[in-house]
Amino acid sequence: MLPFVGRRALTAIPTLFIVTLMVFAIQRSLPGDPALILAGEQQDPEVIAFIRERYRLDDPVPVQYLAWLGQLARGDLGRSLRTNERVLDLIGSKLPVTIELAVLSMLVALVIALPIGVLAAVRRGTAVDYGGTVLALTGLSVPNFWLGIMLILLVSVRLGWLPASGYVPLSEGVWENLRRMIMPAFVLGTGLAAVLMRQLRSSMLGVLRQDYVRTARAKGLRGAAVNVRHAARNALIPVVTILGLQLGALLSGAVLTEQVFTIPGFGKLVVDAVFNRDYAVVQGVVLVTATGYILINLLVDVAYAVLDPRIGAR
Amino acid sequence: MVTSVRRTSVVAVAAVLLSAALAQTTLRIGLAEDPDVLDPALARTYVGRIVFASLCDKLFDIDTSAAIVPQLATGYTVSDDGLTITIDIRQGVLFHDGTPMDAEAVKYSLDRAKNLPGSNRASELEQLESVTVVDEDTVELHLSTPFAPLIAQLADRAGMIVSPTAAEAAGEGFGNAPVCAGPFRFVERVAQDRIVLERFADYYAADQVAIDRVVFLPIPDSSVRLANLQSGDLDLIERPAPTDLPTMRSDPNIVIPSVPSLGYQGITINIANPEPRTDPLSADVRVREAFELAIDRNTINDVVFGGEFVVGNQPVPPSSPWYVPEVAIPTRDVERARALLDEAGVDRVQFEMMVANNPEAIRVGEVIQALAGEVGFDITLRATEFATALDLQEQGQYAAFPVGWSGRIDPDGNIHQFHTCEGALNESGYCDEEVDRLLNEARAAPTTEARYDLYRQALERYLPDRHIIYLYHTVLFFPHRTNVEGFQAYPDGLIRLQGVTLAQR
Amino acid sequence: MSVGAIPAAAAGASDAPALRPVGRPLRRLLRRPPAVVGALVVLAFVAVAALAPWLAPYDPAKPDFLAVRQAPSAAYPLGTDEIGRDVLSRTLFGARASLIAGVISVAIAVGVGVPLGLLSGYYRGALDELIMRVTDAVLSFPFLILAIALAAALGPSLTNAMIAIGIATTPTFVRLTRAQVLAVGAEDYVQAARALGASDARIIARHVFPNSFAPLLVQATLTIAQAVIAESALSFLGLGVQPPTPSWGGMLNTAKNFLVQAPWMAVFPGLSIFLTVLAFNLFGDGLRDALDPRDE
Repeated sequence: MLPFVGRRALTAIPTLFIVTLMVFAIQRSLPGDPALILAGEQQDPEVIAFIRERYRLDDPVPVQYLAWLGQLARGDLGRSLRTNERVLDLIGSKLPVTIELAVLSMLVALVIALPIGVLAAVRRGTAVDYGGTVLALTGLSVPNFWLGIMLILLVSVRLGWLPASGYVPLSEGVWENLRRMIMPAFVLGTGLAAVLMRQLRSSMLGVLRQDYVRTARAKGLRGAAVNVRHAARNALIPVVTILGLQLGALLSGAVLTEQVFTIPGFGKLVVDAVFNRDYAVVQGVVLVTATGYILINLLVDVAYAVLDPRIGAR
Repeated sequence: MVTSVRRTSVVAVAAVLLSAALAQTTLRIGLAEDPDVLDPALARTYVGRIVFASLCDKLFDIDTSAAIVPQLATGYTVSDDGLTITIDIRQGVLFHDGTPMDAEAVKYSLDRAKNLPGSNRASELEQLESVTVVDEDTVELHLSTPFAPLIAQLADRAGMIVSPTAAEAAGEGFGNAPVCAGPFRFVERVAQDRIVLERFADYYAADQVAIDRVVFLPIPDSSVRLANLQSGDLDLIERPAPTDLPTMRSDPNIVIPSVPSLGYQGITINIANPEPRTDPLSADVRVREAFELAIDRNTINDVVFGGEFVVGNQPVPPSSPWYVPEVAIPTRDVERARALLDEAGVDRVQFEMMVANNPEAIRVGEVIQALAGEVGFDITLRATEFATALDLQEQGQYAAFPVGWSGRIDPDGNIHQFHTCEGALNESGYCDEEVDRLLNEARAAPTTEARYDLYRQALERYLPDRHIIYLYHTVLFFPHRTNVEGFQAYPDGLIRLQGVTLAQR
Repeated sequence: MSVGAIPAAAAGASDAPALRPVGRPLRRLLRRPPAVVGALVVLAFVAVAALAPWLAPYDPAKPDFLAVRQAPSAAYPLGTDEIGRDVLSRTLFGARASLIAGVISVAIAVGVGVPLGLLSGYYRGALDELIMRVTDAVLSFPFLILAIALAAALGPSLTNAMIAIGIATTPTFVRLTRAQVLAVGAEDYVQAARALGASDARIIARHVFPNSFAPLLVQATLTIAQAVIAESALSFLGLGVQPPTPSWGGMLNTAKNFLVQAPWMAVFPGLSIFLTVLAFNLFGDGLRDALDPRDE
């Protein structure tokens, strides 16, 4: 197992290298000039010239890229063009928020998806199956911003049960923190649950008809034991894949939900940075989310090997 | 019975006093955007100015009717040639770091605003040659040419006085922890989450400040901002969606002070940026006139803004003393517009209109598209993200662009840079020597009457060219909960907390 | 794994787990009522999109300034929107942009992603490494940056929005296919086919692909929903359909500021998205079952 993990960890290096190239190439090919944005409403030509000079925006892109790699080697991600804060500090302040939101959403998703997915497959074609399907697809086709605003209007404005939005760090009280995270985690979780539940149902169906499951049943094992010990385990392979992909996407993709609940996470940070052409921030955040994503998928690959030892062996 | 009532009331008063002493009052303000760097020399956003209004006092300020009043200055005199302005500085004022705010600090701050590399204030202080310290509480400002709008500039960010000690110590990082002489001091900032200020005990007018802490929370979505106000998670918000105002008015816990802004909203038409253009809209003023006559300003206001804004036709709103009432707002005239197109020899005019990609701007674009379409304009809308739009505008790669200006206290700020040949914000490529002459003279004219006359003459000359078609003026609404008392709306859109109290919920 | 399973799998190795002729799956599909209903609803929406100009009572782009945000009435059966356009007509016309965006972008993602995943998972080695590294890089890249970059490079239009969504969702299909191929490749019947000397192409086409099919189909039908919603985000960035052309996602996006005052603006496009998504998924389920080679 260990050499396998080590080998997989090494592959992170080329992936990250490709990511840095992509982020540079893409950002620098975008229309829009950070200097024009930084110069504000007044558009003073001297200010524009100064910003271009100061942030070396007129240097050839490869030169800018090498300079950034050099910085990176010293552990420096640069400063935000917009607010002059250190990118490392910005990321440090948002990372715990993002991770917490991602984990909570995933928990919500799993709590919903696992039982419904398994039941829907086992009781295929019954009311349970179709009810679960409709429920899951409702979660999927209701946009997060809509569900989010509706929840705020109902739970916060009408009922006054939870704060409408905002974020309180865990260090200032677990309860205060959770009160503000429940709704966003629920909104994100229901969307994710749909995909997980549908995937789980499908692969359970496949596995339930596999010969070894039939054999196990034939040998007289009781239904539930078969479902859990044999079927669910194998059915988890595509589910784990999706889980990894979604968790990765959550690192920077929860923009609208973060916006509705004003959760200061990575999604909002990167979107604002893109719109402001805040190059250093975009580069830093993309690098960190890419690393996080790679770590998660490393775990997914390890999970394959655990769930089905034959995969690792080949 | 009587005694018991009295006793109860005594207990109640004591309880109120006690809770007031114990409970920190915190005012939570919802902003529509996250402010940029909090350095008065470098800052550039409107929301940043809102934060500064609590953090950094200026030499001058404005009152609710936009008239200039002293703040850190106590008065000023202008020499007969208009080249020297002597400013008296308020005595006994301290910065948040405890150092004294004196003439040296004023000189330091003005020099810094003018000379700090990348300063966005440099162009505002272009006519300021040098500052000399006369004594501890007097400075002299020496100008290269007479420049009437200067005092108005000093009533905004250019006139904010920063602590020289703190600015020297912090260097480039000053904006991350600004030290000024305003009613509140900087506590912390979590990017895109909150900016926290607390009451400055040694503020020179501390008796006017009744709030202990102010928290600014950027919440971009107007529906979410409103929901937070309704639920009581926020006490005050800026820029609500005008279409939400009826909902707010029906909420007994919300009051909505408002004031027309100093700015304008209009359509900039590219006629010669960077080169003279040949398409009918750019080349033929009759086509532009037809376009203006095809638009119904009241329809835009009613449909998109629920009739809450103010229609207009000039760079300043009709409520401004600089407005010229003789130049009336044109009404929609389809027949005349059609006749003008025929006169210009065109049947249908096609052009692309760039619109900012926010819902309101898109709606304005759609209404204009529908109105003008009835007359003979086939407008393609192109919703464009802000950074890209700036770039296209700078390069002159657009035909028409509905865009606005936040407005300045002095009319020069709304006019000069847009209509003079070399104006930094002249994005339509307009150039007329007579307009240049009138607008330059207006800057130096000694009296308000003389200036008004020059602006009127210029207006009568540039307005018929219709390279900017002025449409409407936003009204600034500041919905707040009823427990916020004493709040007043100012036409520059800033939130001033002097005199505001927060009753216990 | 129990020993008793091996003979059965080995016996079926040569022919059982392969795609059958089209006729039988079609017949089996028709025997599943939910799938038939799903297919009919999808067809109905396609018909609506095609016939919108004849079905719509009003011009979807033409506002009635005297009827702004009006509740459903006889004149406007589904009400009017924020500038006085007929919500019914816009919903009917919106089917065009939304269905096209949903289906084409997923077709791009499947068309590119599945072959890459098959290659990657079947051959492993250097090719796998290369494909997976690039996939990971794209996948770990924020969708929005990719989308804006494409808008800038290609110019804004519905086609480019679909390409952007397609590219952004491709890596999901690569990873999913690869994972499935790894699992199927380890199955005994594939090992057996290999031992019997079947060519790679034959093994992929007859054994690996058909047996990897189910999760891909499920994912594809789900991704259509996400693509329909993603289109709204892109319209909003100026990458998708341009105003005043309607799309369901775009209508929902606009409606979010009027959820309380004009709920009908959100309800009807939202319902259309929901029904479309449901229909695609019911159909997908049926198709999945009908094509499953093991299902007898």
